[in-house]
Amino acid sequence: MFGKLDWSAIPFNQPIPLITSVILILGILGVLGLITVKKWWGYLWREWITSVDHKRIGVMYMLLGVVMLIRGFADAIMMRTQQAVAIHSAGYLEPEHYNQIFSAHGTIMILFGAMPLVIGLMNFVAPLQLGVRDVAFPTFNSVGFWLTASGALLVNISLFVGEFSRVGWLPYAPLSETTYSPGVGVDYYLWAVQISGVGTLITGINMVTTVLKMRCPGMTYLRMPVFCWTTLASSLLIVAVFPILTATLAMLTLDRYFGFHFFTNDAGGSPMMFMNLIWAWGHPEVYILVLPAFGVFSEIFSTFSGKPLFGYRSMVAATLFICVVSMMVWLHHFFTMGAGAAVNTFFGISSSVIAVGTGVKIYNWIFTMYGGRVRFETPMLWSMGFIFTFIIGGLTGVLLAVPPADFLTHNSMFLVAHFHNVIVGGVVFAVFAAVEYWFPKAFGFRLHAGWGKAAFWFAFIGFWVTFTPLYILGLQGMTRRLQHIDVEAWRPMLQLSVVGVAILIVGVICQVIQLVVSILQRDKLRDETGDPWDGRSLEWATPSPAPFFNFAVMPNVEGEEAYWGIKQRAIDTQQLAPEPDYRPVEMPLNSPVGIYTAFFSTVTGFALIWHIWWLAGLGLFAAFIGFVVFAWRDVHEFEVPVEELIRVERGRRAARDAFLERIRQGEGAPS
Amino acid sequence: MPARRPFGLTRLFGAFVLAATLTGCAGGVLDPVGPVGANDAEILIDATLIMLGIVIPTILLAFWMAWRYRASNTKAEYLPNWSYSGRIEAVVWAIPILTITFIGGLIWIGSFKLDPFKPLPSKTPAVEVQVVSLDWKWLFIYPQQGVATVNELVVPQGTPVHFSITSGSVFNVFFVPRMGSMIYAMPGMVSQLYLQADKPGELMGESAHFSGDGFSDMNFKVHSVSAAEFDAWAQKTKAGGAMLDRAAYAQLARQSSNVKPYAYSAIDPTIFQAVASQKIAPAPGPQPAGPGHAGREVSTGGNR
Repeated sequence: MFGKLDWSAIPFNQPIPLITSVILILGILGVLGLITVKKWWGYLWREWITSVDHKRIGVMYMLLGVVMLIRGFADAIMMRTQQAVAIHSAGYLEPEHYNQIFSAHGTIMILFGAMPLVIGLMNFVAPLQLGVRDVAFPTFNSVGFWLTASGALLVNISLFVGEFSRVGWLPYAPLSETTYSPGVGVDYYLWAVQISGVGTLITGINMVTTVLKMRCPGMTYLRMPVFCWTTLASSLLIVAVFPILTATLAMLTLDRYFGFHFFTNDAGGSPMMFMNLIWAWGHPEVYILVLPAFGVFSEIFSTFSGKPLFGYRSMVAATLFICVVSMMVWLHHFFTMGAGAAVNTFFGISSSVIAVGTGVKIYNWIFTMYGGRVRFETPMLWSMGFIFTFIIGGLTGVLLAVPPADFLTHNSMFLVAHFHNVIVGGVVFAVFAAVEYWFPKAFGFRLHAGWGKAAFWFAFIGFWVTFTPLYILGLQGMTRRLQHIDVEAWRPMLQLSVVGVAILIVGVICQVIQLVVSILQRDKLRDETGDPWDGRSLEWATPSPAPFFNFAVMPNVEGEEAYWGIKQRAIDTQQLAPEPDYRPVEMPLNSPVGIYTAFFSTVTGFALIWHIWWLAGLGLFAAFIGFVVFAWRDVHEFEVPVEELIRVERGRRAARDAFLERIRQGEGAPS
Repeated sequence: MPARRPFGLTRLFGAFVLAATLTGCAGGVLDPVGPVGANDAEILIDATLIMLGIVIPTILLAFWMAWRYRASNTKAEYLPNWSYSGRIEAVVWAIPILTITFIGGLIWIGSFKLDPFKPLPSKTPAVEVQVVSLDWKWLFIYPQQGVATVNELVVPQGTPVHFSITSGSVFNVFFVPRMGSMIYAMPGMVSQLYLQADKPGELMGESAHFSGDGFSDMNFKVHSVSAAEFDAWAQKTKAGGAMLDRAAYAQLARQSSNVKPYAYSAIDPTIFQAVASQKIAPAPGPQPAGPGHAGREVSTGGNR
């Protein structure tokens, strides 16, 4: 009846997962109870859960990403403390548990933390910058989000029911085959990643179509902000490589469920092929994450320098260059597999060539500041922190791309330090900068500057104190994923790294305080004009928070930096552009099909993990019914009345008139 | 192997910078005992230096630029529309291209010079060692000496050692940090690796690829001894102890961890080929002693 599932799946005898689970379950019940008591369900259902508004979906992606970031950070704290105490001793985490923690840490941070954060940003920002009212397929977008959430839910269920994968964030065969991993951990991984992978692919298709087909009048390709270019490049990569992930994991699933021999180490299976395939996805994956981060920094450097981006066309070229070359470098993940000198040479050079693209970008950001008036608001601090951190991460990355150097550092703590250096310093710093930058556009008020700057400094210093010791440990010969340590010489650096983690914790606390303080002081931090940073692209041409239809009238773009041009004309002529001709707008209707599909995907995934075949069939069938019902709908749009558009737009014009008035009286630009 | 080139001035500087900033690296990959490790480390340091030459000025430029053009510095020129300069663009593309051209040369030359499969030039013939990674210990077979060891490797100093490496279970990586290059141990395949230790001493060896619950105990001791001591050790080992035959191997292939080093006085010379060609089936994986937990089959290894 219930497949492999019985009461022994609950870890009653393991205090750490049990207590964590109980606290989590109580926390979730508490939140649900609060929502019920406060009667928020109706609002949440109408405005968020069933919303197909790209901004709402973007915000929900960010929320999911932040929650998962905290979960992954908790794993990281346990790993660092375990290694610091388990020197010539067993530490406090059994190998069975420790191995789950590092596997969950990697899986969650990349696939359920960083990916939702980056995709959330693309969703929120790109349509606004392109001057359009939504993405190409709004309901599809909602399905994509909820499928990602479904995968994240499955990973977290594994904490309480059964176990998570113990073989690392990539389930390398043959260790992940049934012979060596008979438990459900790898199955949790497979189904969680497959389900969320479908969600990611949906986003990729959606964003590619949006950028290619949905730009406002006058928004030619070479007038798009660089963030839109990076969104396009990243989404193209998603469309190109996520199918590889899906196929690879499907083959491993066939091995595990039906006794196939794609990657087994007997009967002609090729575990080496698994490594090739998984990295053919895995390496472009890191560029899927980091390209939008480059887009974020391009916007921020330009805005806070009060200047256009230096070398816009170079930036676009470098982005597309990285996009293409990133698919030709995967073998550098296993130079030490003995591929031979010629193959290693090719992939070594192709990997380091990526540094040309990133190098050009870094110089262009630096020269964007040249001749500018650089304002060190919080997003700018994160950006400067990024420049420093990412350059060092790039240096160690090129080192690892040199095969003989990699022969000494492959899979070592040096590697661990390197990829945290680029992913934390690149992607996570970008996300924090972006949240500070676009928060007012989402919620109508800025985040508190003081706490934001404090959070930056603790995160920046904490990062370096945590990861510099790991570089040194790598050079001392320490490999990764050790549950206990037998080499006394590694002790000081392992312990120093924990000090860094403590500083990072302070940074996280500052970030939380910042959010609370900002909400409490939201009236003081209110963004009246819709343009709090003196921005240059179209998202600042609409009020904050942006109305659900984004723009009362479609903008008409007449050059690069669309909004900057409009703004300068208004300042030069001392008046706003004449009031446009308002027309009613068609917007898509909300739809519950996203959460409905995701609910039954979760059920199906859970059933497949535990071999409950009837439930899996039922779940699939129910999910399919959802699609059929959705496909048969007759009404899918509603009309926004002209009065609503006029009300919103006149409010914005009044604020902009007041702004022009202030300039006339010589108060200068807004802060 | 010809003697290492003496340290040039730049290399000396590089070594100083790295060694000074990374205090405590003694005993690591930058403290090699043989030619392979020394050459690997030299390339690592050279590549670092080439890049530092461009990275340090770039970081300084970034901070200088941000400071010079800070909003409060009204003395700095303000060029609100300046966003293109063909000359700067050319330089901006040229700097990383030139740097990567240097690095690319290093990659090309280094990859061929230090290909792990390539024999080391030496007057003395290489000592053959067959390596099998198992759950979770290392088996070292000395076909010329007719002995085998577990979790302990003895090598004669000043003599190249030819390792033929395979796995009896899952993937691992054979790595002795101070000797140099690492390489994968893979089931059904044989990797080649030539290393040499020129100094006597005791070194740490480990697996550099996660292989399951007992992974943390997959380290082994490496004794670098003189040629005479090596011969004496082989004779002594042959004098008494168990034989590594198919039955002993089957026992060894079962999962166990934290295995204390021991030796076999005699070997079945076909064992390594049989493992590599999988005539001996790959290891069976976890064999739970008692009733398992649903979905949480606990393996036998890993607990200390």
